[in-house]
Amino acid sequence: MNKSILLCGVGGQGTVLASRLIAASAMAKGSEARTAETIGMAQRGGSVVSHVRTGAGIYSSIIPKGQADLIIGFEPAEAARNLAYLKKDGLVIVNRKAVQPVTATLGGMHYTGEEMIDYLQKEAQVVVVDGDAICAQAGSVKVLNIVLLAVAAASGKLGITVEELKEAVKKGVKPKFYTMNEQAIDLAVESYKGV
Amino acid sequence: MKQLLMGNEAIAKGAIQAGVNVVAGYPGTPSTEVLETVAKNNNGNIYIEWSVNEKAALEVAAGASYAGARTMVTMKQVGLNVASDPLMCLAYIGVKGGMVVVVADDPGPISSQTEQDTRKFAEYSKLPVFDPSSPEEAYEMIQAAFLYSEQYQTPVLFRPTTRVCHACATIDVPETVPEHTWEGFVKDPGRWVIFPRLSKENHIKIEARNAQIAREKDNPWNTIQGSGRLGIATGGVSVSYVKEALENLQSSLAEKEQPETDLMKQVRLFQVGMPHPFPEALAEAFLNEVDTVLVVEELDPVIERNLIYLCGKYGKQVRILGKETGNLPYAGEYTNELVKSALAAYLQMEEEKTEPSTPPQMPVRPPVLCAGCPHRASFYAVKQAMKGKRAFFCGDIGCYTLGNAKPLDMVDTCLCMGADVTIAQGLKRTEPGTTAFSFIGDSTFFASGMTGVVNAVYNQTDIILVVLDNSTTAMTGHQPHPGTGMTMMGDVVEKVSIEKILTAIGVTSVETVNPLDLQASVAAVQKAAALPGVKAIIFKSPCIAIVKPDGACRIDRETCINCKKCIRELGCPAIVVRGGQVEIESSMCTGCGLCSQVCPVGAIKGGQHE
Repeated sequence: MNKSILLCGVGGQGTVLASRLIAASAMAKGSEARTAETIGMAQRGGSVVSHVRTGAGIYSSIIPKGQADLIIGFEPAEAARNLAYLKKDGLVIVNRKAVQPVTATLGGMHYTGEEMIDYLQKEAQVVVVDGDAICAQAGSVKVLNIVLLAVAAASGKLGITVEELKEAVKKGVKPKFYTMNEQAIDLAVESYKGV
Repeated sequence: MKQLLMGNEAIAKGAIQAGVNVVAGYPGTPSTEVLETVAKNNNGNIYIEWSVNEKAALEVAAGASYAGARTMVTMKQVGLNVASDPLMCLAYIGVKGGMVVVVADDPGPISSQTEQDTRKFAEYSKLPVFDPSSPEEAYEMIQAAFLYSEQYQTPVLFRPTTRVCHACATIDVPETVPEHTWEGFVKDPGRWVIFPRLSKENHIKIEARNAQIAREKDNPWNTIQGSGRLGIATGGVSVSYVKEALENLQSSLAEKEQPETDLMKQVRLFQVGMPHPFPEALAEAFLNEVDTVLVVEELDPVIERNLIYLCGKYGKQVRILGKETGNLPYAGEYTNELVKSALAAYLQMEEEKTEPSTPPQMPVRPPVLCAGCPHRASFYAVKQAMKGKRAFFCGDIGCYTLGNAKPLDMVDTCLCMGADVTIAQGLKRTEPGTTAFSFIGDSTFFASGMTGVVNAVYNQTDIILVVLDNSTTAMTGHQPHPGTGMTMMGDVVEKVSIEKILTAIGVTSVETVNPLDLQASVAAVQKAAALPGVKAIIFKSPCIAIVKPDGACRIDRETCINCKKCIRELGCPAIVVRGGQVEIESSMCTGCGLCSQVCPVGAIKGGQHE
């Protein structure tokens, strides 16, 4: 079964590693994978997007608009910005915390992220994740990508189980960080069950 | 073993499989990972270097190819402009060992100054060019490119675009690496020394060779699929957009209960993977079977104009649609949606579009200098020192181009690598009373800044050269350069000293300052501005991405008067306003302490400066 997953956020939030982990998990099951990522100047605090497509017979590494099964938004406004990629019955998993761009701070623009989440909830099926709270429990802000992936796996929309994700993380991260990542996955799955 | 490989990694692994012996390049998005991947997978038999610039890289590779070694050169499209002098000449001389010049184009442009099309450069230089449409094709194609180069004894161009370079695909790479040995350099001045007479002789041979290649019909990279009368011609990453769109349009026919309509029986798809020399014989066969052609290609209308030309040459009544007819745009990157719309219109099919309702006002998120970036401190110091005085601030290519953004607003010009030094001189000649600053990075200084400084000293044009030395090539992902004391072979070598170079050139005042010491930095700029001649300030502080952060600054609530001067003056992404209060985002702050030196009431504590 082909899956198209769009990950979006702000440069430095770890979207690239997350997209690689999805691809690695799918490949471990014998599937093919394509990804496309933002690399370069835009990474410096700009909006970043990773496309992941798994399955077989896929031509473009970029997801056509209206064809993503799942959007994983690392930041509310970035999820809203990319909503046009979502399928009619697709799911949005979004981190609650807004990352203020310098331009908003300088211009005094009032932006909390809640208005973006309200908009997303009006338009699509949405799971809001308190990623930063879970990261704090797990002990590092760096595991936000793993937290969001774990929620996606638990939702059943990722095409990858929580156990398969753990396997990919085990292979994809340095051994000394694995325990922390595993804990982050467990905490994220717990929080999803609570929703 | 099947691996998920980025296009650039696939190119590197393909080159290794082709027995590449020498790899040289200069970093530039979207090409950088090619050379890095060869270095990561080097079994010790490949010589790899980051050269000082693209011209040097190409010449190093050419020398090795003369001896029969297989070589690869990597760069981005604007790098080819730097390397064009040796490349244009080398096209006449040729090579012995296979030589592939990988030039990554950047439609958009996403991280470049131009949208130039290397396929046009291939036409201009008369060199064969390979144009992969996907990472997996790039893997196969680069191996063929080495053999092609050796067969025709010519350097060949290989031009992926960003969406091939930075896309990943599942690719099967063998575990074993073949080895290629070379004969060694055989002295033969009649072959290796370029003289007008030799150039004329070789020019004749090149034209004959290209005419012969154009007649080949069995090149596996140029193919025709489908059996219809509606022609579609495409190349590069656009191939994937065309195929994706055809599949989507086919399935929308199925939804409308017209599954008997097979689009591939209506269209005929001409895929051009080697656009120069243009596959004339195959194109002629294609034109014989179609009534019209829609050409889908990013950047310049290369395939399109070749088809128009062939229609004239062979007297064919085929309408060629594309950029020249307004069916598709010249500028910018193509997308699935854009190509699907163009194809739907061409095939006279209806296109269904469902867009979500208008979202709330989106925050804009342009790239900015990182929190703690020493460039912010350098720009701020110059700005403070020159407050109220007229000055030009000439910038260059690198992270520090981002110094143009508000509130710093410290980049008045930016053109190409090294141009800051010389543009400052031109401006200075038009307004002698104004202080002309030129900002250049350490890697850029070595790549193409030095000659500009010699020009200023020789021609007595007073400028202040500001070297932003962060001890790395930051924008492209932290490559070593001559000033870092590290090579791509992992050797620790003597650092080339920017101070000594400047002194040797005759720059009268060379001062090295830590930009995170605001007072000392402002004083250094003021001192330089008061002196005559060519002066240099080296702001030396490592890129925050290569050093561990020094803790985070915090705001003392009792002392902070919420004047927001730190935000207004610095634009650091780690300083935010939450609930009307200025706050420091501790997860982003590196403790550089610049804001603590700007705060008028001393409310910001912690960090390096304390």
